[in-house]
Amino acid sequence: MSFDDLLSVLSYPFMIRAIIVGVLVSFCASLLGVILVLKRYSLIGHGLSDVGFAALALALAVGASPIYVATPIVIAASFVIMYVSQNKRINGDVAIGIFSTGALSFGIIITAISKGFNMDIYSYMFGSVLAMSSFDVVVSVALSVVVIATFVIFYNRLFIVTADEDFARAIGINVTFYQFLISFLTALTVVVGMRMIGTLLISSLIIFPAIIARRFVRSFKYLVLLSALISVFCFILGILISFFYNLPTGAGIVLVNIILLAVSAFVSSIFSRFNCRPA
Amino acid sequence: MSLIEIRQLDVTYRVGYKTVFVLRDINLDVNRGDYVCIIGNNGAGKSTLIKSILGLVPLARGSIKIGCPRDCISYLPQNVGIPFDFPATVEEIVLSGTQRARCGRKFRLPFYSKEDRDLTAAALEKARITPLARRRFGELSGGQQQRVLFARAIVKRPTLLILDEPCTGLDFDTAENFYSLIHRVNSEDGVTVVMVSHDLPAAKKFASKVAFLNGELKFFGSFAEWEKYSLYGGCL
Repeated sequence: MSFDDLLSVLSYPFMIRAIIVGVLVSFCASLLGVILVLKRYSLIGHGLSDVGFAALALALAVGASPIYVATPIVIAASFVIMYVSQNKRINGDVAIGIFSTGALSFGIIITAISKGFNMDIYSYMFGSVLAMSSFDVVVSVALSVVVIATFVIFYNRLFIVTADEDFARAIGINVTFYQFLISFLTALTVVVGMRMIGTLLISSLIIFPAIIARRFVRSFKYLVLLSALISVFCFILGILISFFYNLPTGAGIVLVNIILLAVSAFVSSIFSRFNCRPA
Repeated sequence: MSLIEIRQLDVTYRVGYKTVFVLRDINLDVNRGDYVCIIGNNGAGKSTLIKSILGLVPLARGSIKIGCPRDCISYLPQNVGIPFDFPATVEEIVLSGTQRARCGRKFRLPFYSKEDRDLTAAALEKARITPLARRRFGELSGGQQQRVLFARAIVKRPTLLILDEPCTGLDFDTAENFYSLIHRVNSEDGVTVVMVSHDLPAAKKFASKVAFLNGELKFFGSFAEWEKYSLYGGCL
């Protein structure tokens, strides 16, 4: 792979679109991933992406624009999942399990009734770089900016809600509001990312960067920064590999993440053997 | 006027069809500047009383009025609520205690100001953990973690400080040190302190009032009265 090859990637407009949206989505997903992983909510992304799949199937069946149909449905689902998780008698993971399988089967039934499994549905499930029109790029950029701006503005609040919920509540912070906010932002990220990465794989963007970065940092701030860096790096490497070797994009990105996770586990175990912790 | 006014408070939970009373008919007034020590056996409802003052548990009946804005209350929980593998530095955790502290300011952005950072430095100094500021919270010892949480509780100079067994698991010296810290916050900064404790001798040394709980409020008054009560008629 020479430098010219790398430049040639940029001569394809669909690749430029995919890279722009992908970088933003990986960035958003890694920010939220830090919170979701630490709060043990990491499967919310997965549940929402299954709801997203159902919404995409619905959009395809009625012939509407996927992003218009999916956005409100996924946001609504994120609120319902959060609301059900608030109930102390039902565990969050149970709520997510019910939602994701329910939505998945709903989507499959819609697909079966309308056209059966065709190429479009397949690309929704496993992602495709060809999915983005230039209008989609504009919407995606706007949604990503909303996610990033909200995260930055409420960073300190999100920190305290993540670190110690009871204390946050005791000093008068509206914890429930921030839980819903996190859920809402996750919904936006899932909507933007699911068509490129694939509805079945998008939650990996949320989980992997935070898990990898966590071994190397001691502060929350650095965790956020490092996982954002790792996420964008893995995305770019993954999309290039999938482009040159003609592999499915989403799966390629997940594979890069897994390799990096394995390497980081190996490196940090060596560090701890010499009894000096990295960073 | 009293800072905390509790009237006819019941707190219950349900087990199947049965309603279990944790607290029954509590009436309690805490004045500004008081140092109240809540004592009682395990399961007497001490933590529940504190949590209901903080609004963390629903009330079955009665009312709790607090004479200061919610922003001016601070809390040191019984259990460290932060998971041991949580990546956050001591400084980040203490700084987070300044949130929502308006203290004279009408409106504040959700960012930390220079003032918040100064308050944090002062609180670290007071809890004697300045050298630990950049360490990861999870790698500290239990006593050090407790100091961090104490610093977080006092960082915004609260009007009302609520402590749930702050000295459990601390060695004798550290505990002594801790009690004198709390005493200083109470006497020098005029912070009202409500503390759950099992350590009667220490409470006797510093606290101005004792509340003895056993599902109901059996006794509330000064220490001299408490000694009479526990000698004649009362029993622990």
